[in-house]
Amino acid sequence: MNAESRPALKPVESAIGPVQAMVAVFMRDVRVAFRQRQDLLNPLLFFIMVVTLFPLGVSPEVAFLKQSGAGILWVAALLSVLLSLDHLFRHDFDDGTLEQLILQPQPLFLLILAKTLAHWILTGLPLVLLTPVLGIMVHLDGNSVAILCLTLLIGTPVLSLIGAIGAALTLGLRSAGVLLSLLIIPLYIPVLIFGTGTVAAAAEGAPVAGYLALMGAFLVLALTLAPFAAAAALRISMSNS
Amino acid sequence: MWQWFHKLGSPKWFYGIANRLMPWLLAGGLIVLLAGLVWGLAFAPKDYLQGNSYRIIFIHVPAAFLAQSIYIMMAVAAVVTLVWRMKLADVFVKAIAPVGLVLTFLSLFTGAVWGKPTWGTWWVWDARLTSMLILLFLYGGAIALDRAINDEKSAARAVAVLVLVGVVNIPIIKYSVDWWNTLHQPATFKLTEKPSMPMEMWVPLLLSVLGLYLLFGWLACLRMKTEILLREQRTRWVRELVLAGRK
Repeated sequence: MNAESRPALKPVESAIGPVQAMVAVFMRDVRVAFRQRQDLLNPLLFFIMVVTLFPLGVSPEVAFLKQSGAGILWVAALLSVLLSLDHLFRHDFDDGTLEQLILQPQPLFLLILAKTLAHWILTGLPLVLLTPVLGIMVHLDGNSVAILCLTLLIGTPVLSLIGAIGAALTLGLRSAGVLLSLLIIPLYIPVLIFGTGTVAAAAEGAPVAGYLALMGAFLVLALTLAPFAAAAALRISMSNS
Repeated sequence: MWQWFHKLGSPKWFYGIANRLMPWLLAGGLIVLLAGLVWGLAFAPKDYLQGNSYRIIFIHVPAAFLAQSIYIMMAVAAVVTLVWRMKLADVFVKAIAPVGLVLTFLSLFTGAVWGKPTWGTWWVWDARLTSMLILLFLYGGAIALDRAINDEKSAARAVAVLVLVGVVNIPIIKYSVDWWNTLHQPATFKLTEKPSMPMEMWVPLLLSVLGLYLLFGWLACLRMKTEILLREQRTRWVRELVLAGRK
């Protein structure tokens, strides 16, 4: 065989770098979401309705709401993030986009990170923005509302990131929704404890910088580890189907 | 060393080893556990504060001890599953997860029974109780995921990922629950902490922990054997084994 007659095989270089790929995935998810606006609105409506259930079901008294308002809002936000997680990979799984993402030369965990960020921008962030209104409705004072928004701002990305692992693990299963909650709720407990604990500490006049720093540490830990776990889980789920 | 490693991966080889090991584990476990329990329940001295009610410790502590270490064992096996794809590792995870669930429940239940005379209530949202409850959820999640995925290879690997995520979270959950509890109520229940007990109590406790470990080993072998037979039912050695057993 004549080696010189053939050009050496070069590895195909990918046209775009990892960061560009992340931006592309992120922008695509945002664009798709804005074409189905009702899906964006649903978690927010759910959030408001769950919060409404507490005064109706437990007590509308100002003293009770003042004391438990932060907890109620946190639990409601947690549940509505949980509810929205099913959409994170589902549509892409159904139409085959996910397979193409896995086949990309860019590392899968980066693409998942981009998808998760888009998920947070589309569900977590609106929840945070809605919180002041609901905070006033449950009679929290201004300082508590501010701290609550801050904890949700740090906490909801953690919820999205951990949730991505669960969504990836349960992808394509029959009872994915319930199973996802079963797997993920235990992992959400630390975030919930620190989220509500920070507001409680602030209400007692204690310094909250330490608590916020711990929540930030959760966020960093989830940012660095969760995409890897979600990528591994996604590969397993895709090989399953 | 590597030969040993490869052998360990072979279900058939393990089946033989388990058969030889199981009688010893069963006999040893029963003898040691019974010795520990009889000594603890009948002969160990009364507690000066709690009287006889403390004696449930000889069941409670071994169950709680094992419930926690089974999760750690599952995590180690999960790493082996993901890294080396060793068949036996996922058989092990699948076989012991329900055992861990039952023991976690048992430790919560005996804790409640112990709590009634000691604290005057079945349940308190104490840090330790709550983290055991969360451990119960983690076991439940792993088992539910395993049951939900039909393909056993993907099920094993998905459960392995979940168990590893859980094991990273266990210390975080533990510390946050401890912190949560101390925030809301200062530790009132010093009794939950292990008292510096005299030898006559400590030795039977150690024996019952050891005995339960041995029994767990026996049960794990038994459950793994069943799982191996199910998975390898199409292979020749399993057919020969079943045919030989039928005669």
